[in-house]
Amino acid sequence: MTATLPAQSEHPSPSLQPQGWLRYFSFSVDHKVIGLQYLVCGFAFYLIGGALAGAIRTELVSPLSDFMPREVYNQVLTLHGTVMIFLWIVPVVNGAFGNYLIPFYVGARDMAFPRLNAVAFWLIPPAGLLLISSYFITGAAQSGWTAYPPLSITTPASGQIIWILSVLLLGGSSIFGGINFIATILKLRRPGLKMMQLPMYCWAMLGTSILVVLSTPVLAGTLILLSFDIVAHTGFFNPGLGGNVVVYQHLFWFYSHPAVYIMVLPAFGLVSEILPVHCRKPLFGYATMVVSIMAIVVLGLVVWAHHMFTSGTPPWMRLFFTIATAFIAVPTGIKFFNWLATLWGGRISLNSAVLFSCGFIINFVLGGITGVALAQVPFDVHVHDTYFVVAHFHYIVYGGSVFVIFASIYHWYPKVTGRLLNESIGRLHFLLTFVGFNLCFAPQHWLGLNGMPRRVAEYDPQFAFINQLSSVGALLMAISTLPFLWNVIMSAFNGEIAGDNPWRALTPEWLTSSPPPVENWKGEAPLVTEPYGYGVPAEQLDLQAASGRDLWSNGR
Amino acid sequence: MTTLTPSETDLNLDHAGETHADHRMFGLATFLVADAMTFAGFFAAYLTFKAVNPLPAGAIYELELPLPILNTVLLLVSSFTFHRAGANLRRSMHQRCRLWLLISAALGFAFLVSQMVEYFTLPFGLTDNLYASTFYALTGFHGLHVTLGALMILIVWWQCRTPSGRITAQNHFPLEAAELYWHFVDGIWVILFVILYLL
Repeated sequence: MTATLPAQSEHPSPSLQPQGWLRYFSFSVDHKVIGLQYLVCGFAFYLIGGALAGAIRTELVSPLSDFMPREVYNQVLTLHGTVMIFLWIVPVVNGAFGNYLIPFYVGARDMAFPRLNAVAFWLIPPAGLLLISSYFITGAAQSGWTAYPPLSITTPASGQIIWILSVLLLGGSSIFGGINFIATILKLRRPGLKMMQLPMYCWAMLGTSILVVLSTPVLAGTLILLSFDIVAHTGFFNPGLGGNVVVYQHLFWFYSHPAVYIMVLPAFGLVSEILPVHCRKPLFGYATMVVSIMAIVVLGLVVWAHHMFTSGTPPWMRLFFTIATAFIAVPTGIKFFNWLATLWGGRISLNSAVLFSCGFIINFVLGGITGVALAQVPFDVHVHDTYFVVAHFHYIVYGGSVFVIFASIYHWYPKVTGRLLNESIGRLHFLLTFVGFNLCFAPQHWLGLNGMPRRVAEYDPQFAFINQLSSVGALLMAISTLPFLWNVIMSAFNGEIAGDNPWRALTPEWLTSSPPPVENWKGEAPLVTEPYGYGVPAEQLDLQAASGRDLWSNGR
Repeated sequence: MTTLTPSETDLNLDHAGETHADHRMFGLATFLVADAMTFAGFFAAYLTFKAVNPLPAGAIYELELPLPILNTVLLLVSSFTFHRAGANLRRSMHQRCRLWLLISAALGFAFLVSQMVEYFTLPFGLTDNLYASTFYALTGFHGLHVTLGALMILIVWWQCRTPSGRITAQNHFPLEAAELYWHFVDGIWVILFVILYLL
């Protein structure tokens, strides 16, 4: 029987892969399928991480640890941090949107290494399940997402080892993704497309991928040494055996400070794509945006010890890292003012995507200001390891990255499905998220300034009211997920038909059908040399009829 | 215009009738940058330990030079022999290429044996003190790289067995990739030798 099969079936081409919904559960090499796999998988872990956050906020409603035992609280907060960072924000802002958009933006049919891409994604679900399962097998790690020794050496070993294995797998996935993005952006650009003509998200992903490739391996090496300390009883980071815990902190933060930029730089890029479209204005200061991204990449690699001002760092080191950190505020500030200038005088359609983007700008500048404050040694020593740090961090990663993830889902949902999300439910979602988020985290600044330590299940009764306020905010955030889920699921079937380009956008992903065909374009990829060329009167452009190629060769 | 072998077409170099250049060497080079950063982290840890943490009283941390110098020579020579293998392949001399590959792999395994001899003759064990642990972690991690590299050479040697097989004079990505990786492992050894044995 096998002899009668046609010869080409031995080497299946992409078109012979599963089609329809089944392909989302397959080892597909299509970048759009992989992007959606990242997004949906990431969102599932967001719900798990959110449930864990709910457990934390429920525990903190009262000053006593009456909702769960202290050991369980430690496990829950460790899992919450690890799940949210490594399984939700990093895979989604990089993997999901990067895979979906970058090949369009460079005018390619797929990523540079499609199979490596699929491997990178399929490392994530097993790593995530491994991490979650550790809670049910032997108890999860209890040392927080930082896994500082000696705490991580003295708490139960099995949970910590599973945590290390899981993070190593996720780090590998992240490195493979980073290599793929660098190769795609630098090497796979359509002939004629110059670097300075790329949409801003490409630059953000290039910067992010450089950080991933340079810093993630250091974390991997450090965690391997830590696992030796736990399993083989070496003494790298064990002071009892002559080791040095501060070395662990240096190596850990050499990854984990850039990790913050790995989480927010892609968000910067995504916001820079969304704002010009809905304001009908070119992105303000393209070149300064590019320079600031690259400046953040360079500076982001040399500020790690500002997390360690209370770890006995010598004065010269404190001075250097304070100054370097303060410098990062300059490129970040340039980006902030460029977004404002993009909005300024634009014909803004205040839809859900723009609302979430503006929410991002507000939250991020608040988180940025507290970040500059935390870089100052006298202040940091006062609030180190308090809820002030928790508030600052969540303003950056939730108020920053997660708001942008939602904005991006509202913006690109019609691209992926061909249907629009319901706008009224979208605004309700924004309102609940924005109010809930600020109610949850703004009071925590006050808690931190008054000395409430983080990562502890019990607290001084004087903080009870503020904690309850914060928990109400967390409840609102949890409720806000419901209209969003309803909207996303129902609109896929009943949403208003969007057409190919509902936002009349000029970036290349919109210059094809929605949803796009398997290899992105039926014909040749369009050459978009000015992705933000808005401001041309709409009546001069027949966007429905024009393909990307016509648009740019005739319009110039 | 190179012809694509069946094994190359399923890498999706071919999209809707368009082809693009082969970027696998670029991807590998980027990966090696990442790999180098892992070693950089280990080196940084070792140097910091050395600067900050004194050796406890009575602890032994003594390294002899002859065996590591022999190891260095073995690896450097293997880099040269691997280069000869590639040069022969480009001139379509498959049998000579295979001989040089076999010599390179043998030198790699000789390095590993010599490293094991050193491990068994050293006066300290993995958990004796901080330097001992770091020494074994660094050389062990490098040894893992050498093991993988030697196995890669043997795979390439197997793939070269016929002139019209997977590796040809025009189409030799596996050999090129293994060669770049092998030179990288050599380079790391030289740095490791200087930092661990000479400093």
